[in-house]
Amino acid sequence: MTPRLNEIWVYLAATPLLGLTATLVAYVFAYRIYERARFSPLANPVMIAVALLVTALTVTGTPYKTYFDGAQFVHFLLGPATVALAVPLYLQLPKLRKHALPLLGGLLVGSLVAAVSAVTIAWALGATRETVLSLAPKSVTIPIAMGVAEKIGGLPSLTAVLVMATGIIGAVSATTLLNLLRIRDYSVRGFATGVAAHGIGTARAFQVSEEAGAFAALGMGMNGVVTAILVPMLATWVPH
Amino acid sequence: MLQTFAILLVFQSVGEVFSFALKLPVPGPVIGMILLFCWLVLDNRLLSVIQGTASDLLRHLSLLFVPAGVGIMVHASRIEGEWMPIVIALVLSTWLAIAATALVTQFLIGKSAREDEPRKASATQEEQP
Repeated sequence: MTPRLNEIWVYLAATPLLGLTATLVAYVFAYRIYERARFSPLANPVMIAVALLVTALTVTGTPYKTYFDGAQFVHFLLGPATVALAVPLYLQLPKLRKHALPLLGGLLVGSLVAAVSAVTIAWALGATRETVLSLAPKSVTIPIAMGVAEKIGGLPSLTAVLVMATGIIGAVSATTLLNLLRIRDYSVRGFATGVAAHGIGTARAFQVSEEAGAFAALGMGMNGVVTAILVPMLATWVPH
Repeated sequence: MLQTFAILLVFQSVGEVFSFALKLPVPGPVIGMILLFCWLVLDNRLLSVIQGTASDLLRHLSLLFVPAGVGIMVHASRIEGEWMPIVIALVLSTWLAIAATALVTQFLIGKSAREDEPRKASATQEEQP
């Protein structure tokens, strides 16, 4: 019986089917937990699904490459999903026009502060060059951040992990921080959360107020574009 | 749905071509996003065609991050060795970015409001001499 099971496992593990199925099952399960936790930012579904999959792969001794042969079909959809971000961005066009200049000013400063402070702090504390470069695009949504990391010589998969951590840090602390700074305008609060903490911050902003959520989506989209242009230019200054 | 996927992939492909041919620092899908945004601004008839599927795709956006996130297992030793600079850089830079964006945006909105008010006040004065 046991050798038979082994044979089946070896057969299945060699096809892309297993990685793909495991990804979807883990995500559906993680999303259930997120719902149960009433969408608490601490129960982030990506974080839970990743933890489940890493545990499963480690226990079964499956290498990441074997898993990714199947999961790449899900991964591939990040490209068209990035293009699709044009739709929510377009829907914010009237708001974008009304406060265009103040939003642009806040965006440029915020985007620079996010990248420069992360790179400087990590470099000063002795992180390696690859880690420093992987940190630079960490404030923007994953498809853009990974693309930028690849361009500048960072490690895209490490960037993906750092982006997720950034989103969770932002979503958990934004409310307290913005209260301390006495920022009362929901559009400004949401925008800052979206610029600094992308999609996870945006999801959090939507739970607080509709207006904050709309401006967070705007901040996320705009910072994606600005970071994709600015960070590759700034990255040339990171010392070898 | 198939139509929207075809449209999104066409914009992505054109973006990749631009990125590669002009050696741009911006990834292809981002250029595709900018091109689609510009297209929608110029002609929003496309919006009703793609809106449904586009928002379905974005609703499950977090699922698409999972395969890349599992890559943490490849970097476990790196993160273990450099966890202190990584954690401090992430937390401080995220707080600094939220604060900087909020304070600058708030200041500029206030400034443009203050500039508008005296102009309005003087305009009404001129109307009532």
